[in-house]
Amino acid sequence: MSMLTDTAVVAKRNVIKIKRVPEVLVFVLLSPIMFVLLFAFIFGGAIDVPGSNYKEFLIAGIFAQTVMFGATFTGVGIAEDMQKGIISRFRSLPMHPSAVLAGRTGSDVIYNILSLLIMSLTGLLVGWSIHSSVPQAVLGYVLLLLFAYAFSWVMAYIALIVPSVEVINNASFMVIFPLTFIANTFVPLETLPGPLQVFAEWNPISAITQATRELFGNLPPGAQVPDAWSLQNPILYSLIWIVIIFVIFAPLAVLRYKKLGRK
Amino acid sequence: MSNAVEVQGLVKTYNKGEIKALKGLDLVVPQGKVLGVLGPNGAGKTTAVSILSTLLIPDAGQGVVAGYDLLKEPNKVRENIGLSGQFAAVDEILTGFENLHMFGRLYGMSNSEATARANELLAMFNLTDAGNRPAKGYSGGMRRRLDVAGALVARPQVIFLDEPTTGLDPQSRLGLWKTIRQLVADGASLLLTTQYLEEADHLADSIVVIDHGEEIAAGTADELKTQLGGDRVELTLTPGQSIEDAKSALAQFASGEIQVNEEDAQLLFPVDGGTTTLTRVLNELESKNIETIDAGLRRPTLDDVFLSLTGHTAEGDLIEKEEAADETEVV
Ligand SMILES: Nc1ncnc2c1ncn2[C@@H]1O[C@H](COP(=O)(O)OP(=O)(O)O)[C@@H](O)[C@H]1O
Ligand SMILES: [Mg+2]
Repeated sequence: MSMLTDTAVVAKRNVIKIKRVPEVLVFVLLSPIMFVLLFAFIFGGAIDVPGSNYKEFLIAGIFAQTVMFGATFTGVGIAEDMQKGIISRFRSLPMHPSAVLAGRTGSDVIYNILSLLIMSLTGLLVGWSIHSSVPQAVLGYVLLLLFAYAFSWVMAYIALIVPSVEVINNASFMVIFPLTFIANTFVPLETLPGPLQVFAEWNPISAITQATRELFGNLPPGAQVPDAWSLQNPILYSLIWIVIIFVIFAPLAVLRYKKLGRK
Repeated sequence: MSNAVEVQGLVKTYNKGEIKALKGLDLVVPQGKVLGVLGPNGAGKTTAVSILSTLLIPDAGQGVVAGYDLLKEPNKVRENIGLSGQFAAVDEILTGFENLHMFGRLYGMSNSEATARANELLAMFNLTDAGNRPAKGYSGGMRRRLDVAGALVARPQVIFLDEPTTGLDPQSRLGLWKTIRQLVADGASLLLTTQYLEEADHLADSIVVIDHGEEIAAGTADELKTQLGGDRVELTLTPGQSIEDAKSALAQFASGEIQVNEEDAQLLFPVDGGTTTLTRVLNELESKNIETIDAGLRRPTLDDVFLSLTGHTAEGDLIEKEEAADETEVV
Protein backbone atom coordinates (compact mmCIF):
# COMPACT_ATOMS: atom_id res chain seq x y z
CA MET A 1 0.00 0.00 0.00
CA SER A 2 2.65 2.48 1.06
CA MET A 3 4.64 1.35 -1.97
CA LEU A 4 1.84 2.45 -4.30
CA THR A 5 1.06 5.75 -2.56
CA ASP A 6 4.75 6.65 -2.24
CA THR A 7 5.32 5.86 -5.91
CA ALA A 8 2.31 7.93 -6.91
CA VAL A 9 3.50 10.88 -4.79
CA VAL A 10 6.97 10.79 -6.38
CA ALA A 11 5.48 10.40 -9.85
CA LYS A 12 3.17 13.35 -9.25
CA ARG A 13 6.15 15.50 -8.30
CA ASN A 14 7.89 14.57 -11.55
CA VAL A 15 4.80 15.33 -13.58
CA ILE A 16 4.60 18.78 -11.99
CA LYS A 17 8.19 19.28 -13.12
CA ILE A 18 7.33 18.31 -16.69
CA LYS A 19 4.62 20.96 -16.65
CA ARG A 20 6.73 23.68 -15.00
CA VAL A 21 9.86 23.28 -17.10
CA PRO A 22 8.38 23.24 -20.59
CA GLU A 23 11.84 23.82 -22.12
CA VAL A 24 12.64 20.17 -21.49
CA LEU A 25 9.41 19.10 -23.11
CA VAL A 26 10.06 21.26 -26.15
CA PHE A 27 13.46 19.65 -26.53
CA VAL A 28 12.00 16.19 -26.04
CA LEU A 29 9.43 16.84 -28.74
CA LEU A 30 11.50 18.83 -31.21
CA SER A 31 14.31 16.37 -31.68
CA PRO A 32 12.04 13.50 -32.83
CA ILE A 33 10.33 15.86 -35.27
CA MET A 34 13.73 16.87 -36.57
CA PHE A 35 14.76 13.24 -36.90
CA VAL A 36 11.66 12.30 -38.86
CA LEU A 37 12.08 15.22 -41.24
CA LEU A 38 15.85 14.80 -41.69
CA PHE A 39 15.69 11.11 -42.43
CA ALA A 40 12.58 11.31 -44.55
CA PHE A 41 13.84 14.08 -46.80
CA ILE A 42 17.63 13.69 -46.76
CA PHE A 43 18.13 9.93 -46.71
CA GLY A 44 14.73 9.11 -48.11
CA GLY A 45 15.99 9.37 -51.69
CA ALA A 46 19.34 7.72 -51.04
CA ILE A 47 18.30 4.59 -49.21
CA ASP A 48 16.51 2.00 -51.24
CA VAL A 49 14.17 -0.40 -49.49
CA PRO A 50 13.13 -3.19 -51.83
CA GLY A 51 9.41 -3.17 -52.45
CA SER A 52 8.68 -0.42 -50.00
CA ASN A 53 8.70 3.30 -49.61
CA TYR A 54 11.45 4.57 -47.26
CA LYS A 55 9.17 6.71 -45.13
CA GLU A 56 7.01 3.70 -44.32
CA PHE A 57 10.15 1.79 -43.45
CA LEU A 58 11.79 4.58 -41.48
CA ILE A 59 9.18 5.59 -38.90
CA ALA A 60 9.33 2.45 -36.74
CA GLY A 61 13.13 2.77 -36.61
CA ILE A 62 12.96 6.37 -35.50
CA PHE A 63 10.34 5.48 -32.90
CA ALA A 64 12.60 2.79 -31.48
CA GLN A 65 15.61 5.10 -31.34
CA THR A 66 13.71 7.99 -29.80
CA VAL A 67 12.12 6.00 -26.98
CA MET A 68 15.58 4.65 -26.16
CA PHE A 69 16.80 8.23 -25.78
CA GLY A 70 13.74 8.95 -23.69
CA ALA A 71 15.15 6.60 -21.07
CA THR A 72 18.12 8.93 -20.75
CA PHE A 73 15.81 11.42 -19.06
CA THR A 74 15.31 8.96 -16.25
CA GLY A 75 19.05 8.82 -15.68
CA VAL A 76 19.47 12.57 -15.92
CA GLY A 77 16.57 13.20 -13.53
CA ILE A 78 17.94 10.82 -10.91
CA ALA A 79 21.47 12.20 -11.25
CA GLU A 80 20.15 15.73 -10.69
CA ASP A 81 18.14 14.65 -7.65
CA MET A 82 21.22 12.94 -6.24
CA GLN A 83 23.34 16.04 -6.73
CA LYS A 84 20.78 18.37 -5.21
CA GLY A 85 20.38 16.24 -2.09
CA ILE A 86 16.75 15.43 -2.93
CA ILE A 87 17.44 11.69 -2.92
CA SER A 88 19.08 11.97 0.51
CA ARG A 89 16.07 13.86 1.73
CA PHE A 90 13.77 11.11 0.41
CA ARG A 91 15.99 8.54 2.08
CA SER A 92 15.48 10.21 5.45
CA LEU A 93 11.72 9.63 5.12
CA PRO A 94 9.94 6.39 6.00
CA MET A 95 9.33 5.58 2.33
CA HIS A 96 9.18 2.30 0.48
CA PRO A 97 12.71 1.79 -0.90
CA SER A 98 11.59 1.27 -4.48
CA ALA A 99 9.15 4.20 -4.60
CA VAL A 100 11.60 6.89 -5.70
CA LEU A 101 12.79 4.81 -8.65
CA ALA A 102 9.38 3.41 -9.56
CA GLY A 103 7.89 6.91 -9.43
CA ARG A 104 10.60 8.28 -11.65
CA THR A 105 10.59 5.52 -14.27
CA GLY A 106 6.79 5.53 -14.24
CA SER A 107 6.39 9.27 -14.76
CA ASP A 108 9.04 9.34 -17.48
CA VAL A 109 6.78 7.14 -19.62
CA ILE A 110 4.85 10.38 -20.19
CA TYR A 111 7.80 11.82 -22.13
CA ASN A 112 7.76 8.83 -24.43
CA ILE A 113 4.00 8.88 -24.90
CA LEU A 114 4.20 12.52 -25.92
CA SER A 115 7.14 12.02 -28.24
CA LEU A 116 5.47 9.02 -29.91
CA LEU A 117 2.37 11.14 -30.40
CA ILE A 118 4.29 14.03 -31.94
CA MET A 119 6.37 11.72 -34.13
CA SER A 120 3.26 9.95 -35.36
CA LEU A 121 1.69 13.26 -36.36
CA THR A 122 4.88 14.34 -38.12
CA GLY A 123 5.03 10.93 -39.79
CA LEU A 124 1.49 11.33 -41.08
CA LEU A 125 2.46 14.70 -42.54
CA VAL A 126 5.41 13.26 -44.47
CA GLY A 127 3.35 10.43 -45.89
CA TRP A 128 3.63 7.58 -43.38
CA SER A 129 0.55 5.83 -42.12
CA ILE A 130 -0.63 2.78 -40.23
CA HIS A 131 -2.13 0.06 -42.41
CA SER A 132 -3.13 -2.43 -39.75
CA SER A 133 -5.97 -2.66 -37.24
CA VAL A 134 -6.32 -0.46 -34.15
CA PRO A 135 -5.45 -3.27 -31.68
CA GLN A 136 -2.33 -4.11 -33.66
CA ALA A 137 -1.24 -0.49 -33.79
CA VAL A 138 -1.87 -0.09 -30.06
CA LEU A 139 0.19 -3.20 -29.41
CA GLY A 140 2.98 -1.67 -31.47
CA TYR A 141 3.00 1.48 -29.34
CA VAL A 142 2.75 -0.51 -26.11
CA LEU A 143 5.71 -2.65 -27.12
CA LEU A 144 7.81 0.47 -27.74
CA LEU A 145 6.79 1.96 -24.39
CA LEU A 146 7.46 -1.25 -22.50
CA PHE A 147 10.91 -1.54 -24.01
CA ALA A 148 11.71 2.07 -23.13
CA TYR A 149 10.37 1.52 -19.62
CA ALA A 150 12.59 -1.51 -19.05
CA PHE A 151 15.56 0.37 -20.45
CA SER A 152 14.90 3.34 -18.15
CA TRP A 153 15.72 1.04 -15.21
CA VAL A 154 19.15 0.51 -16.74
CA MET A 155 19.63 4.27 -16.83
CA ALA A 156 18.32 4.57 -13.26
CA TYR A 157 20.90 2.03 -12.12
CA ILE A 158 23.72 3.85 -13.93
CA ALA A 159 22.62 7.19 -12.45
CA LEU A 160 22.75 5.81 -8.92
CA ILE A 161 26.31 4.61 -9.53
CA VAL A 162 27.54 7.71 -11.37
CA PRO A 163 25.31 10.62 -10.43
CA SER A 164 26.59 13.00 -13.08
CA VAL A 165 24.39 14.44 -15.82
CA GLU A 166 27.35 14.68 -18.22
CA VAL A 167 28.37 11.07 -17.68
CA ILE A 168 24.79 9.87 -18.10
CA ASN A 169 24.42 11.78 -21.35
CA ASN A 170 27.72 10.53 -22.74
CA ALA A 171 27.15 6.97 -21.59
CA SER A 172 23.72 6.84 -23.15
CA PHE A 173 25.03 8.20 -26.45
CA MET A 174 27.75 5.57 -26.45
CA VAL A 175 25.27 2.78 -25.82
CA ILE A 176 22.27 3.99 -27.77
CA PHE A 177 23.95 5.09 -30.99
CA PRO A 178 25.68 1.78 -31.80
CA LEU A 179 22.64 -0.20 -30.68
CA THR A 180 20.23 1.79 -32.78
CA PHE A 181 22.44 2.11 -35.87
CA ILE A 182 23.76 -1.45 -36.08
CA ALA A 183 20.21 -2.59 -36.61
CA ASN A 184 17.44 -2.54 -39.16
CA THR A 185 16.26 0.87 -37.91
CA PHE A 186 17.43 3.08 -40.78
CA VAL A 187 18.68 0.70 -43.46
CA PRO A 188 17.64 -2.81 -44.50
CA LEU A 189 19.72 -5.49 -42.73
CA GLU A 190 21.06 -6.93 -45.99
CA THR A 191 23.06 -3.78 -46.60
CA LEU A 192 25.14 -4.27 -43.44
CA PRO A 193 28.55 -6.05 -43.72
CA GLY A 194 28.63 -9.71 -42.55
CA PRO A 195 29.55 -9.70 -38.82
CA LEU A 196 27.54 -6.55 -38.14
CA GLN A 197 24.60 -8.21 -39.86
CA VAL A 198 24.64 -11.07 -37.35
CA PHE A 199 24.82 -8.62 -34.48
CA ALA A 200 22.00 -6.62 -36.01
CA GLU A 201 19.81 -9.69 -36.44
CA TRP A 202 19.96 -10.48 -32.72
CA ASN A 203 19.99 -6.87 -31.57
CA PRO A 204 16.77 -6.32 -29.59
CA ILE A 205 16.37 -2.93 -31.28
CA SER A 206 16.03 -4.71 -34.61
CA ALA A 207 13.35 -6.95 -33.16
CA ILE A 208 11.45 -4.02 -31.66
CA THR A 209 11.65 -2.22 -34.98
CA GLN A 210 10.63 -5.29 -36.94
CA ALA A 211 7.74 -5.95 -34.56
CA THR A 212 6.56 -2.36 -34.80
CA ARG A 213 6.74 -2.40 -38.61
CA GLU A 214 4.69 -5.58 -38.67
CA LEU A 215 2.16 -4.27 -36.18
CA PHE A 216 1.77 -0.98 -38.05
CA GLY A 217 1.49 -2.79 -41.37
CA ASN A 218 4.51 -0.93 -42.70
CA LEU A 219 6.10 -3.93 -44.41
CA PRO A 220 5.30 -4.39 -48.09
CA PRO A 221 3.28 -7.50 -48.89
CA GLY A 222 5.52 -10.50 -49.36
CA ALA A 223 8.53 -8.72 -47.84
CA GLN A 224 11.53 -10.95 -47.11
CA VAL A 225 12.13 -11.38 -43.38
CA PRO A 226 15.69 -12.44 -42.46
CA ASP A 227 16.08 -16.05 -41.38
CA ALA A 228 17.11 -15.32 -37.79
CA TRP A 229 14.61 -16.61 -35.18
CA SER A 230 14.73 -13.21 -33.47
CA LEU A 231 13.29 -11.50 -36.54
CA GLN A 232 10.93 -14.33 -37.46
CA ASN A 233 9.35 -13.90 -33.99
CA PRO A 234 10.07 -10.25 -33.26
CA ILE A 235 7.23 -9.66 -30.77
CA LEU A 236 8.14 -12.65 -28.65
CA TYR A 237 11.86 -11.88 -28.89
CA SER A 238 11.23 -8.25 -27.89
CA LEU A 239 9.11 -9.31 -24.94
CA ILE A 240 11.84 -11.69 -23.79
CA TRP A 241 14.32 -8.81 -23.80
CA ILE A 242 11.90 -6.49 -22.01
CA VAL A 243 11.40 -9.05 -19.26
CA ILE A 244 15.11 -9.86 -18.97
CA ILE A 245 16.16 -6.21 -18.77
CA PHE A 246 13.45 -5.39 -16.24
CA VAL A 247 14.02 -8.45 -14.08
CA ILE A 248 17.74 -7.78 -13.89
CA PHE A 249 17.94 -4.01 -13.66
CA ALA A 250 14.91 -3.08 -11.55
CA PRO A 251 16.12 -5.15 -8.55
CA LEU A 252 19.72 -4.06 -9.15
CA ALA A 253 18.72 -0.41 -9.10
CA VAL A 254 16.56 -0.82 -5.98
CA LEU A 255 19.37 -2.69 -4.24
CA ARG A 256 21.78 0.04 -5.18
CA TYR A 257 19.34 2.64 -3.84
CA LYS A 258 19.08 0.78 -0.55
CA LYS A 259 22.85 0.66 -0.29
CA LEU A 260 23.42 4.36 -0.88
CA GLY A 261 24.21 4.63 2.84
CA ARG A 262 27.29 2.43 2.50
CA LYS A 263 29.59 4.79 0.67
CA MET B 1 12.68 8.93 30.53
CA SER B 2 15.20 7.49 28.10
CA ASN B 3 17.40 9.65 25.92
CA ALA B 4 16.17 10.86 22.56
CA VAL B 5 19.52 10.07 21.01
CA GLU B 6 22.18 7.86 22.46
CA VAL B 7 24.97 6.62 20.22
CA GLN B 8 28.36 5.19 21.06
CA GLY B 9 31.61 4.79 19.25
CA LEU B 10 30.64 6.11 15.84
CA VAL B 11 33.41 5.49 13.34
CA LYS B 12 33.20 6.47 9.68
CA THR B 13 35.90 6.52 7.07
CA TYR B 14 35.73 7.62 3.44
CA ASN B 15 37.84 6.67 0.44
CA LYS B 16 38.55 3.17 1.70
CA GLY B 17 39.78 4.29 5.07
CA GLU B 18 41.93 7.15 3.83
CA ILE B 19 39.78 9.88 5.33
CA LYS B 20 38.79 9.32 8.95
CA ALA B 21 35.70 11.47 9.30
CA LEU B 22 34.65 10.10 12.74
CA LYS B 23 36.96 8.35 15.16
CA GLY B 24 34.68 6.95 17.83
CA LEU B 25 32.17 9.64 18.69
CA ASP B 26 29.56 9.33 21.46
CA LEU B 27 26.53 11.59 21.48
CA VAL B 28 23.63 11.87 23.89
CA VAL B 29 20.58 14.08 23.56
CA PRO B 30 18.34 13.86 26.62
CA GLN B 31 14.59 13.95 26.02
CA GLY B 32 13.40 17.49 25.33
CA LYS B 33 16.90 18.98 25.33
CA VAL B 34 19.12 20.60 22.74
CA LEU B 35 22.58 19.27 22.05
CA GLY B 36 24.86 21.59 20.13
CA VAL B 37 27.60 19.90 18.13
CA LEU B 38 30.19 22.55 17.59
CA GLY B 39 33.11 22.21 15.25
CA PRO B 40 34.93 23.82 12.35
CA ASN B 41 34.55 22.81 8.71
CA GLY B 42 35.52 19.18 8.17
CA ALA B 43 35.16 18.25 11.85
CA GLY B 44 32.68 15.49 11.02
CA LYS B 45 29.38 17.18 11.90
CA THR B 46 27.55 16.30 8.69
CA THR B 47 28.86 12.75 8.79
CA ALA B 48 27.51 12.37 12.33
CA VAL B 49 24.10 13.81 11.43
CA SER B 50 23.93 11.60 8.33
CA ILE B 51 24.52 8.52 10.46
CA LEU B 52 21.96 9.57 13.06
CA SER B 53 19.36 10.18 10.37
CA THR B 54 20.02 6.74 8.75
CA LEU B 55 21.47 8.21 5.54
CA LEU B 56 24.87 6.72 6.19
CA ILE B 57 25.85 3.44 7.78
CA PRO B 58 28.77 3.77 10.20
CA ASP B 59 31.83 1.50 9.96
CA ALA B 60 31.49 0.92 13.68
CA GLY B 61 29.35 2.10 16.52
CA GLN B 62 25.73 1.69 17.50
CA GLY B 63 22.93 3.51 19.10
CA VAL B 64 19.32 4.31 19.63
CA VAL B 65 17.47 7.23 18.08
CA ALA B 66 13.89 8.05 19.10
CA GLY B 67 13.68 4.69 20.86
CA TYR B 68 14.72 2.53 17.90
CA ASP B 69 17.98 0.85 17.04
CA LEU B 70 19.70 2.90 14.39
CA LEU B 71 21.06 -0.06 12.46
CA LYS B 72 18.32 -2.66 13.01
CA GLU B 73 15.21 -0.53 12.57
CA PRO B 74 16.15 2.38 10.32
CA ASN B 75 12.63 2.74 8.97
CA LYS B 76 11.20 3.10 12.47
CA VAL B 77 13.86 5.73 13.17
CA ARG B 78 12.85 7.58 9.98
CA GLU B 79 9.22 7.67 11.08
CA ASN B 80 10.21 9.53 14.21
CA ILE B 81 12.85 11.99 13.14
CA GLY B 82 12.96 15.18 11.12
CA LEU B 83 16.05 16.24 9.23
CA SER B 84 17.18 19.49 7.74
CA GLY B 85 20.51 18.81 6.09
CA GLN B 86 23.42 21.18 5.68
CA PHE B 87 22.34 22.22 2.19
CA ALA B 88 18.64 22.95 2.06
CA ALA B 89 17.26 20.17 -0.13
CA VAL B 90 14.05 21.85 -1.16
CA ASP B 91 12.68 21.00 -4.56
CA GLU B 92 13.05 24.25 -6.48
CA ILE B 93 10.46 23.51 -9.11
CA LEU B 94 7.76 22.74 -6.56
CA THR B 95 6.10 25.48 -4.56
CA GLY B 96 6.63 25.75 -0.84
CA PHE B 97 3.23 24.20 -0.27
CA GLU B 98 3.89 21.33 -2.66
CA ASN B 99 7.21 20.55 -0.98
CA LEU B 100 5.58 20.27 2.44
CA HIS B 101 2.49 18.48 1.16
CA MET B 102 4.68 15.90 -0.59
CA PHE B 103 6.57 15.20 2.63
CA GLY B 104 3.31 14.86 4.51
CA ARG B 105 2.10 12.25 2.03
CA LEU B 106 5.40 10.40 2.20
CA TYR B 107 5.12 10.31 5.99
CA GLY B 108 1.83 8.51 5.43
CA MET B 109 -0.64 11.35 5.99
CA SER B 110 -3.88 11.52 4.04
CA ASN B 111 -4.27 14.19 1.41
CA SER B 112 -6.30 16.46 3.68
CA GLU B 113 -4.02 15.94 6.70
CA ALA B 114 -1.00 16.77 4.56
CA THR B 115 -2.72 19.89 3.22
CA ALA B 116 -3.63 21.12 6.69
CA ARG B 117 -0.15 20.46 8.06
CA ALA B 118 1.54 22.16 5.10
CA ASN B 119 -0.56 25.30 5.56
CA GLU B 120 0.06 25.27 9.29
CA LEU B 121 3.83 25.09 8.78
CA LEU B 122 3.85 27.75 6.08
CA ALA B 123 2.14 30.08 8.56
CA MET B 124 4.50 29.12 11.37
CA PHE B 125 7.55 29.86 9.21
CA ASN B 126 6.14 33.04 7.76
CA LEU B 127 5.91 31.59 4.28
CA THR B 128 2.18 31.74 3.69
CA ASP B 129 2.47 34.48 1.07
CA ALA B 130 5.23 32.67 -0.77
CA GLY B 131 3.60 29.27 -0.37
CA ASN B 132 2.21 29.10 -3.87
CA ARG B 133 5.36 30.24 -5.64
CA PRO B 134 8.00 27.78 -6.82
CA ALA B 135 10.86 27.61 -4.32
CA LYS B 136 13.26 28.60 -7.10
CA GLY B 137 12.47 32.25 -6.40
CA TYR B 138 13.01 31.98 -2.64
CA SER B 139 15.87 33.74 -0.87
CA GLY B 140 18.43 31.72 1.08
CA GLY B 141 16.60 32.43 4.32
CA MET B 142 13.24 31.36 2.90
CA ARG B 143 14.67 28.13 1.52
CA ARG B 144 16.24 27.32 4.83
CA ARG B 145 12.97 27.98 6.62
CA LEU B 146 11.12 25.78 4.17
CA ASP B 147 13.68 23.05 4.68
CA VAL B 148 13.37 23.24 8.46
CA ALA B 149 9.58 23.27 8.07
CA GLY B 150 9.93 20.08 6.04
CA ALA B 151 11.73 18.47 8.95
CA LEU B 152 8.73 19.18 11.18
CA VAL B 153 5.96 17.85 8.94
CA ALA B 154 5.37 14.66 10.90
CA ARG B 155 5.77 16.36 14.30
CA PRO B 156 8.90 14.29 14.99
CA GLN B 157 10.13 13.68 18.53
CA VAL B 158 13.72 14.11 17.45
CA ILE B 159 14.96 16.80 15.10
CA PHE B 160 18.35 17.11 13.43
CA LEU B 161 19.44 20.45 12.05
CA ASP B 162 22.81 20.53 10.30
CA GLU B 163 24.19 24.08 10.31
CA PRO B 164 20.72 25.59 10.07
CA THR B 165 21.86 29.21 9.98
CA THR B 166 25.07 29.00 7.95
CA GLY B 167 24.93 31.50 5.12
CA LEU B 168 21.92 33.37 6.50
CA ASP B 169 21.85 37.09 7.06
CA PRO B 170 21.73 38.14 10.72
CA GLN B 171 18.05 38.95 10.64
CA SER B 172 17.05 35.55 9.24
CA ARG B 173 19.34 33.89 11.74
CA LEU B 174 17.60 35.58 14.65
CA GLY B 175 14.23 34.56 13.21
CA LEU B 176 15.30 30.95 12.95
CA TRP B 177 16.70 30.96 16.48
CA LYS B 178 13.32 32.09 17.73
CA THR B 179 11.58 29.25 15.88
CA ILE B 180 14.07 26.72 17.17
CA ARG B 181 13.55 27.81 20.75
CA GLN B 182 9.82 27.47 20.23
CA LEU B 183 10.21 23.90 18.95
CA VAL B 184 12.08 22.91 22.03
CA ALA B 185 9.57 24.65 24.25
CA ASP B 186 6.98 22.40 22.58
CA GLY B 187 8.88 19.34 23.76
CA ALA B 188 11.02 18.25 20.81
CA SER B 189 14.54 16.95 21.31
CA LEU B 190 17.06 18.57 19.05
CA LEU B 191 20.56 17.98 17.81
CA LEU B 192 21.99 20.99 16.10
CA THR B 193 25.36 21.41 14.51
CA THR B 194 27.01 24.74 14.09
CA GLN B 195 30.24 26.56 13.46
CA TYR B 196 28.83 29.55 15.30
CA LEU B 197 30.02 29.56 18.84
CA GLU B 198 27.45 32.16 19.70
CA GLU B 199 24.71 29.96 18.29
CA ALA B 200 25.63 26.95 20.42
CA ASP B 201 25.85 29.21 23.46
CA HIS B 202 22.45 30.63 22.68
CA LEU B 203 20.44 27.54 21.77
CA ALA B 204 22.03 24.48 23.28
CA ASP B 205 21.52 23.01 26.74
CA SER B 206 24.79 21.21 26.36
CA ILE B 207 27.58 21.34 23.85
CA VAL B 208 29.97 18.81 22.38
CA VAL B 209 32.98 20.35 20.72
CA ILE B 210 34.40 18.12 17.98
CA ASP B 211 37.45 18.43 15.81
CA HIS B 212 38.89 15.89 13.35
CA GLY B 213 36.10 13.43 14.14
CA GLU B 214 36.66 13.39 17.89
CA GLU B 215 35.12 14.97 20.93
CA ILE B 216 37.55 17.43 22.42
CA ALA B 217 35.30 18.90 25.07
CA ALA B 218 31.78 18.59 26.36
CA GLY B 219 29.53 20.27 28.85
CA THR B 220 27.23 23.24 29.18
CA ALA B 221 28.39 26.55 27.75
CA ASP B 222 29.08 27.68 31.32
CA GLU B 223 31.11 24.57 32.13
CA LEU B 224 33.20 25.02 29.02
CA LYS B 225 33.87 28.59 29.97
CA THR B 226 34.81 27.59 33.50
CA GLN B 227 37.40 25.22 32.06
CA LEU B 228 39.24 28.34 31.02
CA GLY B 229 39.37 29.68 34.58
CA GLY B 230 36.02 31.44 34.71
CA ASP B 231 35.54 35.19 34.72
CA ARG B 232 38.29 37.73 34.48
CA VAL B 233 38.44 41.33 35.59
CA GLU B 234 39.88 43.78 33.11
CA LEU B 235 41.01 47.24 34.33
CA THR B 236 42.51 50.26 32.64
CA LEU B 237 44.13 52.77 35.00
CA THR B 238 44.00 56.54 34.56
CA PRO B 239 47.35 57.77 33.16
CA GLY B 240 49.90 58.54 35.93
CA GLN B 241 48.57 55.91 38.35
CA SER B 242 51.05 53.42 39.70
CA ILE B 243 50.58 49.99 38.20
CA GLU B 244 52.62 48.43 41.03
CA ASP B 245 50.31 49.90 43.70
CA ALA B 246 47.28 48.63 41.87
CA LYS B 247 48.79 45.19 41.48
CA SER B 248 49.52 44.80 45.17
CA ALA B 249 46.08 46.07 46.11
CA LEU B 250 44.42 43.54 43.83
CA ALA B 251 46.48 40.46 44.68
CA GLN B 252 43.91 39.39 47.30
CA PHE B 253 41.14 39.12 44.67
CA ALA B 254 43.01 37.33 41.92
CA SER B 255 42.49 33.57 41.71
CA GLY B 256 45.47 33.35 39.36
CA GLU B 257 48.23 35.35 37.81
CA ILE B 258 47.70 39.08 37.23
CA GLN B 259 48.65 39.97 33.67
CA VAL B 260 49.91 43.50 33.14
CA ASN B 261 50.06 45.53 29.97
CA GLU B 262 52.34 48.49 30.91
CA GLU B 263 51.83 50.40 27.69
CA ASP B 264 48.05 50.67 27.97
CA ALA B 265 48.06 50.60 31.79
CA GLN B 266 45.85 47.51 31.74
CA LEU B 267 45.51 44.70 34.26
CA LEU B 268 43.79 41.38 33.64
CA PHE B 269 43.26 38.66 36.24
CA PRO B 270 40.97 35.72 36.89
CA VAL B 271 38.48 35.96 39.76
CA ASP B 272 35.92 33.82 41.51
CA GLY B 273 32.54 35.30 42.28
CA GLY B 274 31.70 37.40 39.23
CA THR B 275 30.12 40.82 39.69
CA THR B 276 30.32 40.77 43.52
CA THR B 277 34.07 40.48 43.22
CA LEU B 278 34.13 43.26 40.64
CA THR B 279 32.34 45.58 43.08
CA ARG B 280 34.78 44.70 45.83
CA VAL B 281 37.70 45.31 43.46
CA LEU B 282 36.40 48.77 42.62
CA ASN B 283 35.77 49.64 46.29
CA GLU B 284 39.29 48.58 47.19
CA LEU B 285 40.81 50.72 44.44
CA GLU B 286 38.71 53.72 45.49
CA SER B 287 39.83 53.38 49.10
CA LYS B 288 43.43 53.36 47.87
CA ASN B 289 42.73 56.40 45.64
CA ILE B 290 43.69 54.52 42.51
CA GLU B 291 41.63 55.83 39.59
CA THR B 292 40.45 53.79 36.65
CA ILE B 293 39.20 54.80 33.18
CA ASP B 294 37.57 51.48 32.53
CA ALA B 295 36.76 48.40 34.52
CA GLY B 296 34.77 45.32 33.61
CA LEU B 297 34.13 41.66 33.97
CA ARG B 298 35.08 39.65 30.94
CA ARG B 299 33.60 36.20 30.55
CA PRO B 300 35.55 33.90 28.28
CA THR B 301 33.71 33.41 25.00
CA LEU B 302 33.32 30.08 23.32
CA ASP B 303 35.92 31.41 20.91
CA ASP B 304 38.40 31.34 23.75
CA VAL B 305 37.33 27.81 24.56
CA PHE B 306 37.77 26.79 20.99
CA LEU B 307 41.12 28.40 20.61
CA SER B 308 42.51 26.82 23.73
CA LEU B 309 41.10 23.38 22.85
CA THR B 310 41.95 23.15 19.18
CA GLY B 311 44.80 25.58 18.79
CA HIS B 312 42.86 27.32 16.06
CA THR B 313 39.84 29.54 16.08
CA ALA B 314 36.64 28.94 14.20
CA GLU B 315 36.38 32.68 13.80
CA GLY B 316 38.10 32.71 10.39
CA ASP B 317 35.31 30.69 8.85
CA LEU B 318 32.78 32.72 10.69
CA ILE B 319 33.93 36.03 9.31
CA GLU B 320 33.94 34.70 5.76
CA LYS B 321 30.46 33.27 6.20
CA GLU B 322 29.11 36.50 7.61
CA GLU B 323 30.46 38.44 4.69
CA ALA B 324 28.85 35.97 2.33
CA ALA B 325 25.64 36.29 4.30
CA ASP B 326 25.58 40.03 3.81
CA GLU B 327 25.10 39.44 0.13
CA THR B 328 22.11 37.19 0.60
CA GLU B 329 18.76 38.80 0.37
CA VAL B 330 17.20 39.92 3.62
CA VAL B 331 13.87 38.26 4.25
N1 LIG C 1 31.42 11.71 0.67
C1 LIG C 1 32.66 11.95 1.14
N2 LIG C 1 33.73 11.40 0.54
C2 LIG C 1 34.97 11.63 1.00
N3 LIG C 1 35.26 12.40 2.06
C3 LIG C 1 34.24 12.99 2.71
C4 LIG C 1 32.89 12.80 2.28
N4 LIG C 1 32.08 13.50 3.11
C5 LIG C 1 32.88 14.09 4.01
N5 LIG C 1 34.19 13.79 3.78
C6 LIG C 1 35.34 14.22 4.60
O1 LIG C 1 35.11 13.81 5.92
C7 LIG C 1 35.47 14.82 6.85
C8 LIG C 1 34.28 15.24 7.67
O2 LIG C 1 33.35 15.88 6.80
P1 LIG C 1 31.96 16.43 7.31
O3 LIG C 1 31.27 15.39 8.11
O4 LIG C 1 31.25 16.95 6.12
O5 LIG C 1 32.40 17.63 8.26
P2 LIG C 1 31.61 18.95 8.69
O6 LIG C 1 30.17 18.73 8.41
O7 LIG C 1 31.90 19.10 10.13
O8 LIG C 1 32.16 20.07 7.89
C9 LIG C 1 36.09 15.94 6.00
O9 LIG C 1 37.48 15.74 5.98
C10 LIG C 1 35.47 15.73 4.65
O10 LIG C 1 36.35 16.20 3.66
MG1 LIG D 1 28.92 19.80 7.32
